[in-house]
Amino acid sequence: MIKTQNVTFSYSATQKFHFPDIDCSNGQTLLVTGNSGTGKTTLLHLLGGLLQPTAGNITINNQDILQLNASKLDAFRGQSIGMILQKSFFIEALSVLDNVVLASWIAKKSKAKEKALSILDNLGLKDHVHKLPSQLSIGQQQRVNIARALINNPSVILADEPTSSLDDENALIVARLLSDLAKEYQSSLIIVTHDQRLKSLFNHQITLS
Amino acid sequence: MISKIAWKNTWFKPLNTFLSIILLTASVSIISILILLQKQFEEKFSSSMDNIDLVLGAKGSPLQLILSSVYQIDAPPGNISYTEAEAWMNKPMVESAVPLAYGDNYLGYKIVGTTDNYPKHFGLKIQQGTLFAKDFEVVVGSNIAANIGLKIGDTFFGTHGDVEEGEVHDHHAYKVVGILAPSGKVADQLILTNIASVWHMHDHGHEHEGSSEEAHNHSSDEAHNHSADEAHVHAEGEEHHHEEINPHEGKEITAVLLKLRNNMAKMTWPRIIPQNTEMQAASPVLEVNRLFSLFGVGISALTYLAYGIMFISGISIFVALYNTLKERRYEFALLRITGATKFQLLWLVLLESIFLCTIGFILGIVFGRIGLYFLSVSSQEEFKMAFDPFEFLWKEEGMLFLATLSVGIIAAIIPAIKAYSLNISKTLANA
Repeated sequence: MIKTQNVTFSYSATQKFHFPDIDCSNGQTLLVTGNSGTGKTTLLHLLGGLLQPTAGNITINNQDILQLNASKLDAFRGQSIGMILQKSFFIEALSVLDNVVLASWIAKKSKAKEKALSILDNLGLKDHVHKLPSQLSIGQQQRVNIARALINNPSVILADEPTSSLDDENALIVARLLSDLAKEYQSSLIIVTHDQRLKSLFNHQITLS
Repeated sequence: MISKIAWKNTWFKPLNTFLSIILLTASVSIISILILLQKQFEEKFSSSMDNIDLVLGAKGSPLQLILSSVYQIDAPPGNISYTEAEAWMNKPMVESAVPLAYGDNYLGYKIVGTTDNYPKHFGLKIQQGTLFAKDFEVVVGSNIAANIGLKIGDTFFGTHGDVEEGEVHDHHAYKVVGILAPSGKVADQLILTNIASVWHMHDHGHEHEGSSEEAHNHSSDEAHNHSADEAHVHAEGEEHHHEEINPHEGKEITAVLLKLRNNMAKMTWPRIIPQNTEMQAASPVLEVNRLFSLFGVGISALTYLAYGIMFISGISIFVALYNTLKERRYEFALLRITGATKFQLLWLVLLESIFLCTIGFILGIVFGRIGLYFLSVSSQEEFKMAFDPFEFLWKEEGMLFLATLSVGIIAAIIPAIKAYSLNISKTLANA
C-alpha cells in the first residue's frame, strides 16, 4: 500500500514539479503516464526514496519514508520496495540466479535461493539460471529484473518504462505478468510509462502534465 | 555476499587483474628475497664469527684474511711462519688459539689442517666416530658427508689448491674417522685434519707448475720444505731468525684464530703485530661490518627498486578501478536500489583492491621462495653457502604484507569514495 500527499520537488528554482496524490492499495495497479519532461521518472525516484521531496508525505505500509534516516531508508527500500528499471542492470560478473539471490541477501541477510529458483522458474527462465545476464535476450533480461524485484515480497513494486524496449506482443505479456504478480504477491504496482499500448490494460490511471 | 561480488568482479576483467597482480608479485618476491637473504647472510656471518677476536695471517687485505680464514670463502692472502705465529699464540693474553693450514681440497671441499681447538672453539660435536688423532685422519662436515656420501673408513686423495680440477696428491690417502654433527656453521662444509698431515702431504717435493696464482719464491735451502698451501708466499730468510732447533722450523700455516682475555690486546695487537712481524692481525667484527655496509648499499638500491614497482602496481590498480567506474555506476545504482548502503559500495571497491593485493602478496611470497631456492642451489655450488627458502620472517614479511595492503587501499580510496557518493537518481535518469 502506498499513499502520497501534496508531493512537490524541484531540481532548480525554475523547474518545479507538483505531483497529484497517489493512493494504491495492495494488489492494485496504478498506471502513471505523461510525456517526456513531466517528471515521471522523478516521481518514481521520490516514491523509491532515491530523491527527497521539497514538501509532502509519502507513506508506504503506514511508514512515512521521509522520516527515515539514510541507512534505515536503504534497508526499508531493500525490504519493501521492488524496482524494475527501463534498462536491465545486472552485476555482470554474477550469474542470473546470483543476481536475484543478491537482492534477498542485501535486504534480509539471508540467501533465498529456493525462492529465487521458483520465481525464475515461474517466469520461464529455468534453463537460464546459471548463465551470465549478458547471455540472455532483452526480454529475458527484463524478466530477471522482475524476479529480482519480487524476491523480497515487496509492499510496492515500482516499474519505470518496463515495456518500452519490447515489441507489441512482449510488451503486453510483461504488463499482464506484472499486474498478475502484483495481485499474487499482494503488492501495490506502480507503472510509470509513456507507452500508449498499456493504457487500455489498466483502468486506474494518472496522467502527469 | 559483498566479498563474493568483489571476488567475481576481480576475475571478470582478467586482463586488468593480471597486470596488477604481476606487478605486485614481482615487487613482493624481490623484497621477500632481499629480506631473507640479508637476514640469513648476516646470521651466517655472525654465527661463524663467534668467539673470534682477532685473526693472525699474512699481510695483505684484512677482509680477504677474514673471508678466507673464518668463512672459507676467498683464497688466503698468503702464509705465515708457524714459529712466528706460535710466539703470539702462547702469550698469556690468549685464551684460545686455533691454527689453520690450508693446502688441499676434496671435490671442492677445503681440507683444513688444525688442532682439536677448532671443534672446541666452535662448539662442534662429533656425530659418528672420533676426532682425528693420527696423521691423514680426517673428520668431515655434515654437509659433505650427506652430499658426497663419505662414510667412516672411506679413504680419498686430496687435490692441490682450492679448485676441484687441481693436481691430485696420490701418494697419501686421507682416511675418514669421524663425521661432525650439523652446526649451521662453515664447518659443515669443511674437512678437518691435523696440521702435520697438510705439511706431510706437501713434503714430497713435487712441483706445482701452474697450480698457483702467486709467485714461487723458494730459497735453495728450503726447497725440500714445500709450502703448506696454495698461496706459496715464503718470506726468504725468515726461518733463520731462530737459533734453536724447532721441529716446526720453516713450516708454514695460513692463519690463526685468536680469542683473547684482554680487551687492551684486542685494541693494540692489530697495530703492534704488523709493526713487529711479517703478519697482520685483523678483527672479524670490523671487517664483516665493513662488508655488510658494502652489501647494504646494493640491497637498499634493490629494495627501493622493488618498492618502486609496488608503487607502479598501485597506480595500475587505481587506473583499472577508476576506468571501470563509469561502466560500473549502473551496477552500483542497482545495488543501492536493492537496498545496499553507501558504505557497502565503498567496501566493495576497497575489497576488490584488497583481494588483488592479497593474491599478489601470496604469489610474491611463493615466487620469492622459489627464487631463493635456486639462488641457494647456485650459491651452495659456488660459495658453499646455502640459504633456507622455507624460513618465514613474521615481523618483516608481516610488515611487507601491511605495506602491500596499504598500497591497495590507497589506490582504491578515490574510486571507493566515488562509488560511495554516487547520485543514484541521476545515474538512473541518464541511463
